[in-house]
Amino acid sequence: MTAILEAETVSLVIGSATLVDGIDLRINAGEMVAIVGPNGAGKSTLLRMLSGDLRPTRGQIRLKQQNIHAYPPRLLAHHRAMLSQHVNVTFPFTVEEIVHMGAGDSGRAAAQRLVDAALTEVDLASFAHRQLPTLSGGEQQRAHFARVLVQLACGEAQHGPGLLLLDEPTSSLDMRHQIDLVETARRRAQNGTAVVAVLHDLNLAMRFADRIVLLHRGRLAVDGGRTDAITAETIRRIFEVDVTIDYTDQGVPFLLPQTMRPTGRPTA
Amino acid sequence: MTALADSADRTKRRSGYALRPPASLTLICLFAALAGAALVALTMGAAGIPLARLPAALGLWADAAPASTLARDQLVLWSIRIPRIAAAAMVGALLAASGAIMQGLFRNPLADPALVGVSSGGAFAAAAAIVFTDSRFGQSLLFMQNQLLPLAAFVGSLLTTIVLYSIASRSGRTSIAIFLLAGIAIAAIANAGLGLLVFIADDRQLRDITFWLLGSLSGATWPKLATLAPVLALAAIACVSIARGLDVLVLGEAEAFHSGVDVERLKRISIVLVSAMTGVAVSVCGVVGFVGIVVPHLLRLVIGPAHRLLLPASMLLGAVLMVGADTLARTIVAPAEMPIGVLTAAIGAPFFLGMLLRQRGLVSL
Repeated sequence: MTAILEAETVSLVIGSATLVDGIDLRINAGEMVAIVGPNGAGKSTLLRMLSGDLRPTRGQIRLKQQNIHAYPPRLLAHHRAMLSQHVNVTFPFTVEEIVHMGAGDSGRAAAQRLVDAALTEVDLASFAHRQLPTLSGGEQQRAHFARVLVQLACGEAQHGPGLLLLDEPTSSLDMRHQIDLVETARRRAQNGTAVVAVLHDLNLAMRFADRIVLLHRGRLAVDGGRTDAITAETIRRIFEVDVTIDYTDQGVPFLLPQTMRPTGRPTA
Repeated sequence: MTALADSADRTKRRSGYALRPPASLTLICLFAALAGAALVALTMGAAGIPLARLPAALGLWADAAPASTLARDQLVLWSIRIPRIAAAAMVGALLAASGAIMQGLFRNPLADPALVGVSSGGAFAAAAAIVFTDSRFGQSLLFMQNQLLPLAAFVGSLLTTIVLYSIASRSGRTSIAIFLLAGIAIAAIANAGLGLLVFIADDRQLRDITFWLLGSLSGATWPKLATLAPVLALAAIACVSIARGLDVLVLGEAEAFHSGVDVERLKRISIVLVSAMTGVAVSVCGVVGFVGIVVPHLLRLVIGPAHRLLLPASMLLGAVLMVGADTLARTIVAPAEMPIGVLTAAIGAPFFLGMLLRQRGLVSL
């Protein structure tokens, strides 16, 4: 397996707060990894470091065997695409124009095919000429996902399998579009892309990810396969919620919270 | 109730569809409008030159008009009116495009160099140059007017923009409220400084400073065009190179970086560009507000927000508007002249208020 992304004991300290503390992570091509954890565990911060946006105060991140901060922004965008949690567009760009932004400096005709395909994939083909700010939150999120898919496709056409980072991509989506989005990401992983997604829904994570990385207070608590990483004991220790874990007929694990009463310190 | 909400929702959604004219048509129409405005401006003024006499006065073909009339027409056109119209067009182009760039940079349709104190900063620096270097350069007035003042206005605008940006943006996010309030505070400081300079200036300096405060194109001369033209040409070239970056910047700084934009470089270029364009415009005609806010806003409604078309179209519409406003300024109270800054503010401020009201529901301050 070729490693697309390697994080070596990365830490981020801002003032006296340690947001991320000595995390080691290796993401292979074709792998879909879910980052989960309670609020404030450092998930989004870790993802922003993996994207090259935040610079770790200690440790190093390598993208395809090269220090991620050695890439100029344009080249970096060819190798990794990232969807941020909140993107707020003030000007009346159309959905199509926004999705085109993912294509960067690619040729117009080739880009248009990718844009059309991505819009169909996120179920927004009929919204192409609508102004983005008039769309609902979930529809906007899908439009931005389409933009990131175009960016990934443009990069992979030139440089082979890349890295796709998603920060809570399902937060404003209804159930059907949550599943659609995660399945789309999964298809990319099957084609060789390394996918890392911050997810809040543990059931969604266990259903679709190959691997689950559980963060707690900036540290790596668990890094394992989707069927064995999460145990009732782990959930109780980290989320302070009692759960039972059951399995579907296909052997997919799912969580059922037993009590919402915190057993110790209230979670943030 | 539900039916009402549904129908309102549908109307809103229908209006969400973008119907935009093709880029070439937009630019052709704007060029035609500019040519028309310039033609009207050529014929109007304290000394009227009827359309029939215009070709002869411009030297296009001979005319039966008496030689003395021809000579007078030519003098008016070539030494007063043409440089003034050209200056108005260039200043309008600079102001409108710098407004569009600033709005893209701050991701905020309410940004305008005059509104947030960038023009005042430039005017303050120019006034300071008048008061403090007068004794040294009094002998070479031309150097002062053509080189020193534009430079001072540019530096003043640059410093103001940098201060404004560093106050308003923190870790990649720009707060609209802080940005506007900081802009108002900075404008107040610059205006206080201007007041102080007015207080200590002598009579002749005072006359020069008043010119910055109100804004007028009456001082437009050929040498000033020689300062404006290269800045406009450089700005037009730079606009092409930053257009895509400004588009992507609408997603926010972090997301623009993720999309491959060198955000720091884009910000640096934009800030220098806005300062140079505003500074040079201020040095030629003083503080003229609202062109930078009205023009890009109107255009976005019609042609959309993509900067590749918005920036050149803003330049053209800004030029049209400014030529029109200047023609009005020098004819409505002829033979006296109304300060053009007064005119643009009288038209632009109500427009700005209307914009605020319209957007109250959409933009959260």
